[in-house]
Amino acid sequence: MNVVSANIGQSVPRIDGFAKVTGQATYAAEPHPPGLLYGVIVNSLIARGRIEAIHDEAARAVPGVTEVMTHHNRPHTALFEKSYVDGLGVPGSPYRPLHDAEIRFNGQPVAVVFAETFEAAREAAMLIQVDYERWPHNADFDAALHQKYMPSKTRSNYVPPKSRGNASEAYALSPVKIEGRFHLAPEHHNPMEMHATTVIIEEDGALTVWDKTQGPQAVQAYLASALSLSGKKVRVRNPYVGGAFGSGLRAQHNVFLAALGAEMLKRPVRVTLTRPQMFTHVFRPEAVMDIALGADRDGTLQSIIVEGVTDTSRFEHNMENVVVWGLIGYKCPNATADYKIAPRDTYTSSDMRAPGAATGVNLFEMAVDELAWACGMDPLAFRLHNYSEIDAMHNMPLTSNALREALLQGAERFGWNGYPPGPGSLRDGRELIGHGMATGIWDAMFSPTAARARLTSDGRLHIATAASDIGTGTYTILAQTASEAFGIPIDRIDIELGDSTLPECPTEGGSWTAASAGAAVWLACQSLREKFLKALAKSENTPERIKQSEVTLTEGELHGVRDGSREVFSLQEALSFIGEASIEAEETAKPGLRDKISEMRKARFTHSAVFCEVRVDEELGIVRVTRLVNAVAAGRIMNPKTAASQVRGAMVMATGMALHEESLMDERYGRFMNHNFSEYHIPSHADIPEMDVLFVDEKDEEVSPLGIKGVGEIGMCGTAAAIANAIFHATGKRYRTLPIIPGA
Amino acid sequence: MTQAAPTAPCRLQINGEDYDADLPPSVTLLDLLRERLGLTGTKKGCDHGQCGACTVLVDGRRVKSCLMLAVSLPDAQVTTIEGLSRKGRLHPMQQAFIDFDAFQCGYCTPGQILSAVALLEEGHIRSREEIREFMSGNLCRCGAYNGIIDAVEHVVAQRQRDEAGEAA
Amino acid sequence: MRSFSYSRPASFDEACRVPERTRFLAGGTNLIDLMKSDVERPAHVVDLKSLSMDQIEELPDGGLRLGALATNAGTAEHPLVTGRFPLLASAILAGASPQIRNVATNGGNLNQRTRCHYFYDPDMVCNKRSPGSGCSARGGRNRIMAVLGTSESCIATFPSDMCVALAALNAVVRLRGPDGERAVALRDYHRLPGETPWIDNVLQPGEIVTSIDLPSVSFGEHYTYLKIRDRLSFAFAIVSVAVGLDMESGVIRRGCLALGGVGTKPWCVPEAEALMRDRPPSHSLFRDVAECILEGAVADRDNAAKLKLAPRVIERALWQAAEGTPQSQTCKTIR
Repeated sequence: MNVVSANIGQSVPRIDGFAKVTGQATYAAEPHPPGLLYGVIVNSLIARGRIEAIHDEAARAVPGVTEVMTHHNRPHTALFEKSYVDGLGVPGSPYRPLHDAEIRFNGQPVAVVFAETFEAAREAAMLIQVDYERWPHNADFDAALHQKYMPSKTRSNYVPPKSRGNASEAYALSPVKIEGRFHLAPEHHNPMEMHATTVIIEEDGALTVWDKTQGPQAVQAYLASALSLSGKKVRVRNPYVGGAFGSGLRAQHNVFLAALGAEMLKRPVRVTLTRPQMFTHVFRPEAVMDIALGADRDGTLQSIIVEGVTDTSRFEHNMENVVVWGLIGYKCPNATADYKIAPRDTYTSSDMRAPGAATGVNLFEMAVDELAWACGMDPLAFRLHNYSEIDAMHNMPLTSNALREALLQGAERFGWNGYPPGPGSLRDGRELIGHGMATGIWDAMFSPTAARARLTSDGRLHIATAASDIGTGTYTILAQTASEAFGIPIDRIDIELGDSTLPECPTEGGSWTAASAGAAVWLACQSLREKFLKALAKSENTPERIKQSEVTLTEGELHGVRDGSREVFSLQEALSFIGEASIEAEETAKPGLRDKISEMRKARFTHSAVFCEVRVDEELGIVRVTRLVNAVAAGRIMNPKTAASQVRGAMVMATGMALHEESLMDERYGRFMNHNFSEYHIPSHADIPEMDVLFVDEKDEEVSPLGIKGVGEIGMCGTAAAIANAIFHATGKRYRTLPIIPGA
Repeated sequence: MTQAAPTAPCRLQINGEDYDADLPPSVTLLDLLRERLGLTGTKKGCDHGQCGACTVLVDGRRVKSCLMLAVSLPDAQVTTIEGLSRKGRLHPMQQAFIDFDAFQCGYCTPGQILSAVALLEEGHIRSREEIREFMSGNLCRCGAYNGIIDAVEHVVAQRQRDEAGEAA
Repeated sequence: MRSFSYSRPASFDEACRVPERTRFLAGGTNLIDLMKSDVERPAHVVDLKSLSMDQIEELPDGGLRLGALATNAGTAEHPLVTGRFPLLASAILAGASPQIRNVATNGGNLNQRTRCHYFYDPDMVCNKRSPGSGCSARGGRNRIMAVLGTSESCIATFPSDMCVALAALNAVVRLRGPDGERAVALRDYHRLPGETPWIDNVLQPGEIVTSIDLPSVSFGEHYTYLKIRDRLSFAFAIVSVAVGLDMESGVIRRGCLALGGVGTKPWCVPEAEALMRDRPPSHSLFRDVAECILEGAVADRDNAAKLKLAPRVIERALWQAAEGTPQSQTCKTIR
């Protein structure tokens, strides 16, 4: 690795790269303790009802099978429902795997077969027969809309929409208006690594649980609580996570069932979901948004009316912030929104990359594009004219807002030249060419986080925090942070993440990890540096000439300057002066009084401007995205290389959202039928053009301690709309449902 | 059904080392590598040939190891990601993947790399478009596609320079 | 996957003498997939790969004999195939992924089973998987299902790309079984579902595909394989068209046409092909051809779009062939 500079802001190659390109990185399904049992889950084939009987004789007769675990014979678990509430805290009645005979969704685990080999467990699982008493169910979203409601207890992160002015009157009076129902299909996260858990039983009986999760401490707390393991040591590890995109926010049933199996059988256990089983848990909710917008003839937005509904299960009230984005981001004097959730008999929908905004921003920006065209206005000029410098819904200033620069710089990079010629006017051979754009917005969040820094006698700096790197580049940016904060080259830093025993860190998600863990590592390194220099100054063994020098720590060496002459010591030497094998400091980054006041007075967001070119063969219903430019304003960029990859990755997912991805519910059975990679189409290499990501300069000392806003979600927000808007520009046809399949 | 599953002989060379054992025929090459040999660098992303994460080289050609019975490959030479780097020295494709940030979570990465290594030999590398098409059997949910194509193009160019140098 | 015994016969005769519940294994890319999904449950798997049937040879008439065990990739890249039957090479390259094509065989391609969601999910009733149990694809999520050759009991699409080209090329399937050898036209090899959708083709127990013969053609550049799918690569066809035209001084002497993605088998209608005999290419002719080959097409709940899309793809493909501008499988622009 040829590291020129490892400081913050440099494009340092991923420090976990070597492990990943050589196959040495260990994921959840990969530790192999002796005596490992394989667990394979059997799923319910009905959506609602109860189990009458489970016939497991044939399964038990398969050589190598050790147990078939069902609700009849499972070990004791927590008595109270509240013990099963996981870190995400979705209100309602949490699903308890193998709790009783009741079936609440299609694909619900009804049994787990454990065997000495994977092959035996897989075969035996096929031999389980279950008799059901079937109850009526509804899995149809349109039917569920008739039962939409607002739960009495809302999710803690729910932002209720706040009306202003008189939107319906303003709409009625507006000379230019559009209205329509916009729709997003349900989607599944489908990380490449399937959810899996390996439970290892340590010599002292403690459980070490390797799980695919975004929050090892949340899973640890969940297992301790739900399995009533409070008397037992449980450690959850996830040093490498093969993608998650939100599917690892909740403790999934595989971890519960693996730990339960290990408890029951007193053996180490591995449970890996199959790809079809990846369609039996969380998914991005299906959504409809009824949007009405009104404007003056000069393109001044006068009215925003949004009504949105997303789906949830019959037993939990999952909510998303889908309707508020337009009210926040546009300076419209009259605006109102309403949000409800619609229950159906499926597993509970859940957060998927940019939850709420991926749905709400994209669908709203499609409507804004319609209005801009209705006003006869360049969509870019429309945004520049109407976007809000402040949080227009809460009437709060922002800590920073470089959206204008993003719009202008993105437009320049793309070559967006004023008002594009009318729809359907650009053609190359059989293909219509379209240009479209949209703005993006996402929360900039910060959560209290702790980190530990330890300098050891080999001169290496060890950083530890219970963060998760799910491909986000967290290892690398934390190493950069430590390198700069402590003054040591990056190749002498070890970063330890993904372990519930490490200093406290919230579950990875929402783009808050860089800001939060980054701040914690910075503080810990600063603290360690001070402690180290103080100890050095105090120690009897430190030579006097050093004590009388001005001592600084750079590039992993101590420099003592006295009377113009400089003396250099290695960290190993310096530690030996103190007489300690190592020295460490732990700090928690949390909002201080000033930050709390700031949070009350100011809102914080990342912004983006996305520009897109598509080519559409309308006759054959083929859309190709041929160019994408995304200008992102996200405060301080820790590592432009990995940050750009984050944004590009989200743009790929958004391309899928715009063109391909749809989980097909067969409402007769309550099952998503295209439950595989062959029929649930995520974009392939051939679908993705060069994507140009630029970061707009945005200094923001207030948003978080290091000025970081985060980049994990923003690429989702606006990109799908830019594609949809480009398709309109190409064809002159409006599609209000994502994914867009022309001609279908 | 209560009889022990019949076994069949499995004889392979994996990363240059002989493997010889009797296996239940239902063991796939992928599960042999991951669960019986500890070679977990080969990844299971779908187990149905639909994602490419399990790509390995068999007799130099790229295949999806999840769709092969281990017993059905007599005397085959299997190369996995663990066998690609020699004595700790990365294959140029591995290095290029690091340099061009051609991955995020790393889970599809070994399959992408082996697929790309095979692609060099197949020669479908005349344009970015062609590389994209012939890499499309390897899905990446993190969306590292730009970086992957950059990495492959870089190694192609490097090779062409090396070959031109040798010729001169 | 359920337990099974595995054997590698040394000869054809040994291979043909198989007990009940045997499946032949070639590349295995479909069979192993189906066994993992618990759709196929063979008690015995007989691996044919040691039988030497992987040659690609010239036939006296200028045609080719493709060994049943030659891989899809080996076939598509073979100079005799790219030189004489670029339509076939193109269709193969439009299918699956490079890794699959490196393993999947020509014989296996013929015998692959449908892509229906409901067939692949053993929790669902399916006449093809479980005779007489019903068809859950009807009235279900069936955007990908067939509109031609369907029956009350089955609407599953035949998934192959290669076979669509083979049908257009009037290939002949050569079989060998306990009762000796026989040859079947590719167009007659696959069966319509009718009341017995569990029988995919005319293969008898113990019978093995040994080769596929391609009669000589003289299409020159007047061919194309045009495949429309939901993403730009590595996806099954929504509609695909294989065309080869024998052209002479701007007139079609003979037209060969087959459809994929829309039928329960590779779809050919000789009357549609006959319409093109000795006619110059024209919009009205190609419209008539499309109308003729699609006659009787019926949609179910989600797949009506295929009825609109198919004639457009057919006409576009016919023009590509007529103008001698075959579709590239790399470049995604469609002329």
